[in-house]
This record gives sequence, structure tokens and C-alpha cells, in this order.
Amino acid sequence: MKIKKGWYALFTMPLMLIFIIVVVIPFVIGIGYSFVTWDGFAKHQADFVGFSNYTKVFRDERFLRAALRTTIYTLFSVLSVNVLGLIFSLIVTTALKVRNFARTMLFVPYLIGGLILGYIWKSVFSEYFLSIGWGNWLTNATRAMIAMVVVTTWQMAGYVMIVYITGIMAIPDDVLEAAKVDGAGYFQTLFKIKFPLLMPSFTICLFLTLSNCFKVYDVNVALTGTGPNYQSEMFSLNIYNEIFDLSNFGYGQAKAIIFFMIIAVITLIQVSITKKREVAM
Amino acid sequence: MKTKKIIPNILVVVFCLLYLFPIYLILTNSFKSRAEMYENMVALPTKFSLKYYASALDKINFSISLWNSIVLTVVSIAIIVILSAMTAWMFVRSKNKLSTFFFGLLVATMLIPFQTIMMPLMQEMNWIGNHLHIPMTDTVPGLIFMYIGFGAGMGVFLYHGFVNSIPVSLEEAATIDGCNTWTLFWKIVFPILKPTTMTVIILDVIWIWNDYLLPSLTLKSKANRTIPISTAKFFGQYTISWNEAMAALVITIIPVAIFYMFCQKYIVKGVAAGAVKG
Repeated sequence: MKIKKGWYALFTMPLMLIFIIVVVIPFVIGIGYSFVTWDGFAKHQADFVGFSNYTKVFRDERFLRAALRTTIYTLFSVLSVNVLGLIFSLIVTTALKVRNFARTMLFVPYLIGGLILGYIWKSVFSEYFLSIGWGNWLTNATRAMIAMVVVTTWQMAGYVMIVYITGIMAIPDDVLEAAKVDGAGYFQTLFKIKFPLLMPSFTICLFLTLSNCFKVYDVNVALTGTGPNYQSEMFSLNIYNEIFDLSNFGYGQAKAIIFFMIIAVITLIQVSITKKREVAM
Repeated sequence: MKTKKIIPNILVVVFCLLYLFPIYLILTNSFKSRAEMYENMVALPTKFSLKYYASALDKINFSISLWNSIVLTVVSIAIIVILSAMTAWMFVRSKNKLSTFFFGLLVATMLIPFQTIMMPLMQEMNWIGNHLHIPMTDTVPGLIFMYIGFGAGMGVFLYHGFVNSIPVSLEEAATIDGCNTWTLFWKIVFPILKPTTMTVIILDVIWIWNDYLLPSLTLKSKANRTIPISTAKFFGQYTISWNEAMAALVITIIPVAIFYMFCQKYIVKGVAAGAVKG
């Protein structure tokens, strides 16, 4: 089909122009910012410092702690979200009468945004826990981290459940029936047949939860904030504070670029590993 | 045999209700007095007082925030849908170097976290405001512009996949019948894209409605605040009255609950489709 150049430009250029202004240009100038020191005032000069913003992060204890904390939080969250979401999906794909009710209810938290959700749980972990004598969990560094994992799990388990349901429904009935005829038990069918066939769903869910958890911001801001002694500060919030709170625009931007590289690397590795293990139908 | 089936059903229902305990907690306490709340937080209220709702509505500036959130979400998504569909269709139907380049760029940039470009984006938007005199920061239209840019990647990506799967013969027939490119797209192609349009709408509603970081960077004046921004401002005060806070949270959930009630089927489908293709 032949399309004239004028139509091509009219159809594609508006969006491409906006996309370039909003995403591409800031990304490129962001790389430039990461090589200077600048306090954000237009009148003040930005000095070129080469890679020193990048080497500085390795001596920044507050940042290193935030990065480590985010990694640990992400590992626990990814595990608990996927285990719980998978269990949910197995329950709601049985013949139970209440399965649709369960799906509806378990999915609710995902629709409430991270910020509102964080505040809802703040009332649980601080006010409710105080009222039953468990103390405020959000002021204790370790417990605050557990609280973060709980809230993330609550938010995302229903979401990955939907993806796993789609995967389970796609398993052909005759495969399961053949297994039954051959005398496979519930767990044998689960581990030997369902899980290998669910590999594409695992890829999707791990990818989504891994990058979402690593980027966590809203729940962090609402639930704990930076916390005393920066004890609850995650990677994203650390970048935000470095730039907009401490006004280290260049240094903060270098962290933001490192953040991008980590996200890019983990998602690419993760996708390539899981893709290899997918079973061809 | 019958009891065997009833028990698992009851167990699942009980679990689901316990799962939503946090929502019950804010709901029940939002109606109670302060003293009653601290007496027993789990109990049902003895008398329903709407006192805290009145003050919460006022403090989060609900009517204005709701209006801003609706305008922002609806207008951004309408433009994202229209422009992404047009662009993706063109990219598939005229495969040239430019199409391949831009499509690759759109998909690649989906990996960039917002935090990586937030500061330079704000610098650029301020620059446009100062030098070109187009107010981009602290305005809802400016924010809509930014959402279009951020929504382009996923929108074009989803439409691209779908257009690839529809045969070109129908469009060729319409061209022979005298459709020009514009009417061909709107009369023939766009209606066929409806399933993807629903997916894009659902995913973008969940994203834009709840988004906090981007609007928190641009919207400074009270009149422009969206629901998440107003809620954050409310909780940012030094002392919060928890009854009032819980009432505020219940209020902010109501629009989401209404959306879920009416579009549940589409939401679940859209989320599943979006995740699988993303």
C-alpha cells in the first residue's frame, strides 16, 4: 500500500515530536548533567567534573545503604508477591463457587495507587498496632522494611494473580487429562506439567515485579518516608532527596543514570535467562 | 459430600475478607469519634458520624482535586490513544527506515525509569516556560503534554503488535473505493483496533490516576492539585487526626471503587493483555 509522505508526517510527527521533547531530550541532557556539579540555580555556574560524580557514589554511605536496602527489599518482595500470586491463581482456577468473588476481591489493592495504599497501611502499622500493644512498626528500621514488603505484596499479588490465571487457562485440557490418566497426583501435575508450561508467565511476572519493586517510590514516601537516620530510604527516594532536597543536581543525576543502568541490566538478564527455560508447546 | 464443598468456599471467602482488613479498618474508624476509635479499632461504630467526612472533604479540597484528576486522566488518555493508534498504524503500513528507527527508540526508552529523567525534564520545561513563554510547569495542560510523551512508548507498542496481525487487504479495498488515508484510518482501521484501545485506556487510567511523583514535581498551586497530591499534602502536615485521615482515604478510594464496579471485566482483561504484551 502506497502512502504519501504528507500523510506519513501528519500521522506520526505530532507524537514523535512530543516523545522527543518529553523523553529523549531530557535523557540526553541528563547524561550531560551527571558530569557537572550544580546547585540548581540558573544563575550559578555548573562546573565540569568528569566522572567524579560517579566515583563519589562509592564513598556515599547513605546512598550505598539505600541501594543495599532496596536490593534486599526487592528480593523479598519479588519472592512473596509471586508465591502468593501463584497460590491465589491456583485457588481461583479450581471449581470453587466463590472463585469469581475471590478474584474480584484479591485484585482490589492493585487499583488503589501506591501513595493512598501506603497511607492506608500506615494506619495499620502505626495506629492499629499501637492500639493492640504491638508498638509502632514504622519507627523500627527492620520492622519498617517488613512493612514495606507486606504492603508491596498486598498491592501486587492480585496483579500477578491475573497474569498467572491467563497462563493456567492457556494450558490445554488434554495435557492435564493425559497426566491424570497416567496416574499423576496433584503435586506431580503441578510441578511436572503446570509449572514448566507456566514459564512464559513466570518471565512476565518476574520482569514486572523486579523492575517495579526496584523503582519503589510512592509506598516508600507514604509509609515510612526517609525515616530517622535515613533508615527507610530507598533508591528512588535517595535520588529525589539528593536532587530536590540537598540541591546536588549533578551528583543526584549521576545516581539517576546509575539507577537506569541497573534497571536495564537486571531486566535484560532476567528476560534472557527465563526465555531460555520456556517450554515450547 | 456437600459439607466437603462448603468448607473450602467459606475458607476462601473468610480469607478474602481478612485480606481486605486494612480497608475495613479505615472505613469503620472514619465514622467513629476519637475516643471510640482508640477504645477498640476493630469494632463497628456505635453511631455513624459524618463529622470527619465533612472536614476531610474540605481539607483535601476534594471537588477541585477530583475535577483536576478527571480532566488530566481523560484528556491525556484521549490524546495518547488517538496519536498512538495513528502513529503505530503508519509505522506498520509504511515500513521504512524512519519507522523502524522510531519504533525501536520508543520500545528501548520504555526501560528508562522516570527518576532518571525527572530533573532534566523539569529543567527543560522551566526553560520552555521562560524562553518560549509557554507555561509547562504548574499547569494541567503542561502535565498532559508530559503524560502524552511518557504514554507514547506503551501505546505505540501495543497498537503496533495488533496492526501487524490485521490483513492489509481490507484497507486496500477501501482505498480502491475512494477512501483517502484520513477517512481510511478513522472509518476502517480505528474501529478494528478497539480491543487494544480498551487495553491502553485501562492501563493508562491506572497509571495516570494514581501517579504521584510527576505531578508532585510540576503542580505547585493549590488550585491545580490532583487527588494523590492533595492526599500527600494532607498527610504531610505535622499533626494528623487519624479519624479525619481515614475519612479522607475512604473518599479517595470511592472513585476507584466506582470505576472498578462498572469496568471490572475490561480492567481484568486489559491488565492481563497489557502485562502479557509488555
